[in-house]
Amino acid sequence: MLPFIIRRLLVSIPLLAVSSFLVFVLVANSGDPLEDLRLNPRVSARVVELREQELNLDKPVIVRYGIWVKDIVRGDMGTDNAGVPVRPQLTRALGVTMRLVIVSLMIAVGLAILVGVISAVRQYSIFDYSSTFASFLFFSLPVFWLAALLKEFGAIRINRLFDRQLVYTIGQESVDFQGGFLARLGDIAGHTVLPATTLILISFAQYSRYTRSSMLDVLQSDYVRTARAKGLAGRRVLTRHALRNALIPLATVVALDFGAVIGGAVVTERVFNWRGMGTLLIQGVQRFDVNVVQAWLLVTATVVVIFNLIADIAYAYLDPRIRLG
Amino acid sequence: MADVDADSTPQRPSDASEGAARDAIYEQPAVVGGPAISKTGEFGVEARSQGRMVIRRFLRHRGAMVSLVVLILVILLSLVGGRVWKYDYAEITPEFSTPPSLDHPMGTNGVGNDTFAQVLRGAQKSVQIMLLVALFSTAIGVTIGSIAGYYGGKIDALLMRFVDLVLTIPTLAILAVLSNKVRQSGSWFGIAVIIAAIVWTTLARIVRAEILSLREKEFVEAARAAGASDARIIFRHLLPNVVGSIIVASTLTMAAAILIETTLSYLGLGIRVPDTSLGLLVSDGQASAQTRPWLFYFPGLFIIVIVLCVNFIGDGLRDAFDPKQNRVRA
Repeated sequence: MLPFIIRRLLVSIPLLAVSSFLVFVLVANSGDPLEDLRLNPRVSARVVELREQELNLDKPVIVRYGIWVKDIVRGDMGTDNAGVPVRPQLTRALGVTMRLVIVSLMIAVGLAILVGVISAVRQYSIFDYSSTFASFLFFSLPVFWLAALLKEFGAIRINRLFDRQLVYTIGQESVDFQGGFLARLGDIAGHTVLPATTLILISFAQYSRYTRSSMLDVLQSDYVRTARAKGLAGRRVLTRHALRNALIPLATVVALDFGAVIGGAVVTERVFNWRGMGTLLIQGVQRFDVNVVQAWLLVTATVVVIFNLIADIAYAYLDPRIRLG
Repeated sequence: MADVDADSTPQRPSDASEGAARDAIYEQPAVVGGPAISKTGEFGVEARSQGRMVIRRFLRHRGAMVSLVVLILVILLSLVGGRVWKYDYAEITPEFSTPPSLDHPMGTNGVGNDTFAQVLRGAQKSVQIMLLVALFSTAIGVTIGSIAGYYGGKIDALLMRFVDLVLTIPTLAILAVLSNKVRQSGSWFGIAVIIAAIVWTTLARIVRAEILSLREKEFVEAARAAGASDARIIFRHLLPNVVGSIIVASTLTMAAAILIETTLSYLGLGIRVPDTSLGLLVSDGQASAQTRPWLFYFPGLFIIVIVLCVNFIGDGLRDAFDPKQNRVRA
């Protein structure tokens, strides 16, 4: 196991290096970060020139990449184009995204297992048909439309129903919040409800399909028949024999998904004005801010590599027939 | 090889995979082992080829068939409707902010554009991009996937590392950066190429995995022994067996493409004004969702209908190509 892990991590280092170089070149050539400054008639050419030197924009891209690598090896992520250090921005954004993603993925997985198992056990029942249709529908919804629908129409209804501001549609928490710990927790929950619902519905759709189809496969297998034949209770066969094995593919998908989604639920964050990883990336790209995009890439690519590895290990752990080598 | 097969079991394609062959036998118990009858079996059952069984199973799939009809109608409407409809998408009519009526089936926006005309235009762009992405990504994915799977070794490792590389680079970064460049031309063609350059990886992986296991089969060995060239083995013996997975995967790619395109346009990175797209329309409509909800609902519903249909068709195709599938008798 250990040599496998080490080999996988070693293989991904050159991959990360190449991809960081490509992204650096891409972003560096995408536009001029000092365009606003240049267009401003009240800023003299000398000032622009100084800013250029400060940001190393006067040097060739290769040299700039070298400087970035030298800094990053020492753990320095540099500053963005406005001169603000990148690292605290990244940490904050990561925290915000994690808060959203962990809660939603856990709920989505729980729901999906429940619904997937029931529709597999009661195949071709009304429950099966309606849950299948629902998951197809949610799977086909554009995230931005669902999020906007919840924001523009759902939030107002809920708040009117309880006659007070329960759910919020903007930001991850109230900026000027006063109150104790519990009240603060409530405030964060109120901000999280709608974006989390968006993510839950969309990922639930995918996961429940996986659970259903792998559960159907397993239920038809010989060992489930054997377990039933030797007189085990139906519930025990389902949970101990069938479900355990049916969850293997789901575990892989969720692990891969988690890696991907740390990069930010870009659209959900945009609609609800969360300042998470997705927003960080979009701003970085739109401002041609190399250091911001690179820092983002470093974190997300590392998470993806690690979670791909976890997916493989989980697979081998859950299914002893698979050997990693 | 095909000649030998034609003598014994006519309904069995020359290089059917194991599961498919089993299915063929299962469907035709009267013919196997019996006298060689080309069209009609012992009990008057018509011998069916693999392809015809797939088509029959698909035709029996109600959800997929309804979706296919709806999708064809929507595609026709979006490609031709814009030219036929009485308003142009950029035309400013005297009525502004009117709710849906007979004259304006989807209402008008604050400036006076007919929303139906705009939705048609947006759908046209989305459908064009969807079809082009399917074409490009299938071509690239199948080529790279089959080369990697067939030759294996160093070539495989190199190509698959390339796929990994494309997957590590954030989709959004490539799209955002490149669409900053493409903006000048502002073309749907450019956006389609960018999306295709990213989504082909799924297809390449699927094709590679299947070819990797198929190339060890006896019929490939037989073809090689008979002196067939690599190209002939890939095109005549391997790819026909992967065709099911390719069709299913490229169908689902279309759904992904349309969602990516509308999302990009929603974020302001895809198609931009003066042209329009469904994502752009939703984004504009969201600003006035409280007062003029029709501007928000209709473009969104159009996206959902297209994607839902494509997904249902993909599901139907998957069932139809699955040799284990025996619920619907073909």
